[in-house]
Amino acid sequence: MSSRQQQTSTGIPVEEEARSAREAAGREGRPLTETERAIAGAESVTPQEALARTELAEGQDLDPGSREPMVINLGPQHPSTHGVLRLVTELDGEVVRDIHPVIGYLHTGIEKQCENKTYWQAITLVTRMDYLASFFNIHAYTMSVEKLLDLEVPGRAQYIRVVLSELNRIASHLVWLGTSGLELGAISVFFYTFREREQILDLFEMVAGERMNTRFFQVGGCADDLPSGFEARLRDLLARMPDRIDEYEELLSANPIWLERTKGVGVLPADELLGLGVTGPPLRAAGVDFDLRKAAPYSGYEHFDFDVVAGSQGDAYDRYTVRLGEMRESLKIIEQALDGMPEDSHIADDRKVVLPPREELATSMEALIHHFKLVTEGFTVPEGEAYCAVESPRGELGCYLVSDGTPKPRRCHVRDPSFVNLQALRPMAQSAYLADMIVMIGSLDNVMGGVDR
Amino acid sequence: MNPGSEPFLVILIKAVIVVFVLVTAFAYTLLWERKLIGRAQGRYGPNRTGVLGYMQPLADVVKLIFKEDFVPRGANRVLFQLAPLISVFAAVAAVAVIPFGTVVTVFGEEVQLVGADLNVGVLFLFALSGIGFYGLILGGWASGNKYSLLGSARTAAQLVSYEVAMGLSVIGVVMISQSLSLVEIVDAQRETVWFILYQPLGFLIFVIAAVAETNRAPFDLPEAESELVAGYHTEYGGLKFAMFFLAEYVNMLIISALAATLFLGGFAGPFADGVWWLAVKIIVLLFLFIWLRATLPRLRYDQLMQFGWKVLLPLATLNLVISAIVIGLAFQN
Repeated sequence: MSSRQQQTSTGIPVEEEARSAREAAGREGRPLTETERAIAGAESVTPQEALARTELAEGQDLDPGSREPMVINLGPQHPSTHGVLRLVTELDGEVVRDIHPVIGYLHTGIEKQCENKTYWQAITLVTRMDYLASFFNIHAYTMSVEKLLDLEVPGRAQYIRVVLSELNRIASHLVWLGTSGLELGAISVFFYTFREREQILDLFEMVAGERMNTRFFQVGGCADDLPSGFEARLRDLLARMPDRIDEYEELLSANPIWLERTKGVGVLPADELLGLGVTGPPLRAAGVDFDLRKAAPYSGYEHFDFDVVAGSQGDAYDRYTVRLGEMRESLKIIEQALDGMPEDSHIADDRKVVLPPREELATSMEALIHHFKLVTEGFTVPEGEAYCAVESPRGELGCYLVSDGTPKPRRCHVRDPSFVNLQALRPMAQSAYLADMIVMIGSLDNVMGGVDR
Repeated sequence: MNPGSEPFLVILIKAVIVVFVLVTAFAYTLLWERKLIGRAQGRYGPNRTGVLGYMQPLADVVKLIFKEDFVPRGANRVLFQLAPLISVFAAVAAVAVIPFGTVVTVFGEEVQLVGADLNVGVLFLFALSGIGFYGLILGGWASGNKYSLLGSARTAAQLVSYEVAMGLSVIGVVMISQSLSLVEIVDAQRETVWFILYQPLGFLIFVIAAVAETNRAPFDLPEAESELVAGYHTEYGGLKFAMFFLAEYVNMLIISALAATLFLGGFAGPFADGVWWLAVKIIVLLFLFIWLRATLPRLRYDQLMQFGWKVLLPLATLNLVISAIVIGLAFQN
């Protein structure tokens, strides 16, 4: 692709840029420019100093095109960078000339930590990567382990996974909608969406005992069956949700200010998005109906009747409609999954991998031994490598596992859509308004926990 | 009445009472805003401090007063300290020309219920609002922070764009009442009808420009927290921040009072004239301000400018020309 793409950078290239800039400055015997200093972490100048410098330079010929941009450091602690994204932004008035994303402020070392944990212990870690889509993290991870083990997941477990994943998708999109509204100054939407998200988190709590980082999926299925009373509450929510989504749309879809702020903002052509590896709603908004649930069905998605929502323009408004549409489609999927819920087990019946049922521990010596072995040293996984991906609310979330035959993974790498999609920000933001860049960050919906891992 | 005709003591007492009422009104405007927005968002708003939360403003003020008085490194110390004072001064001084009622007799002394009946009242208000913006601009500039600087730049641009439209929308009223004195404008409305009936477009333009002048949503770009952290007052804290806050809300009150005075008859009303009518009108307008904030997203900088120069200003000019022609014809007959 074009030279534009080659410039595209996240994280590490910025360090390289800073180093090469320092070297170049050393060769030419000039001081670092302000951008270079900001990237290198040096102290930034105050407006007064900048003015003094301009006044000093006034004697020389100043070409307006060549004036030094104002560099501001958006983040890592900034109200609208979705966590701890840091953007070294070159501003020309209100127009963004260039941005340099700097990541790593939420680095947790989860991928590396997984190598020191047994396969079942690592599940708890991976939930914490993309903290708004914890079910998707575990789903991709457990699917990879199951693929290495060649373990068949029972139909009921698959359907439970689908129900919870789709609920999680709705919850994640609700957070996105609320915070996007907040960034544009529409403060009320935030409270409406979080009101509904709260109810979804209540359901998660009912199922797993945890509200956000639910460690509910196990290798081979789910930790438990759905509790009694869950289905009734979920159906109640399903009946109410369409009205709620209508309510958000009423507030935003026809609001002239919302349309002005989102239409035509952050457009990149579909082929460029594909070239950058962007997936999920940002790609679908550009008209590419790529959705792993249709393209490479997993966990029984081939049994459900739903549409892939796609846009046409690829702007922030299309991303908004795509996500709202996806929430409606998710409701349809949940409904079908509840109706067609198979009656077999919630977890595979393989005692070498799956914990024995609790009640057997008191009566069966064999179960006790299995339980002890699994908890203390975990199960071994045959040598090999596997990559499984799920369609997370942000795009393709894949987990690549390498096994060396021990109970611990040799390598666990996660392809997180937040990280990959973030690459699209720089080409989008160049020569856009500062306020529009905020909309773009919002519309890409990056979760920094997923970016840094 | 000649402004010099009242004893100094009367003027002083009036000033003290008016400023006291104004500052109290500021505190409760803030509380009502939080309560109303809370209701709009399906929550309660502050309701823990005192009865139903009505001591919340006191708690807030006490908290802000006891905070550290901080001047950031790189700031211009003098201007940084001066800026909030300028804003508060301009905001509070503006209340002097708003009439609250007619002449009353207190202890045998004839007292006119207005701080000062200036014969250029409207111009005085515009001048003060212009000075008030200096506080915001200087504050942002003196902070030595780039977000503050951008906030100030936006403030300056916004002020220029919307003050023009606002001024033009008021001229219609001035032409009808043949006076710049707010007292005489109210008197003219008491004799005829509220000027909103003559100047509906003027009123609309005035209210929109008023929202922009007071930096309120959807025109709250100077302090757009998603882009500029907090705009011009990013570096301010404690009492100095409280002063900016006071200035913003007092401006809101004043501009509502001005809208009520110019277009809605001021303290005049059905049954009996009095300050309560003015209060009711101000509360209705404040409710509008708060409602807008709870509902609308924020405009973008260039959209704000386009709206100001390409929509509001031509409309205001059109309104002015039509008013002038109609009034001219009416006086001919």
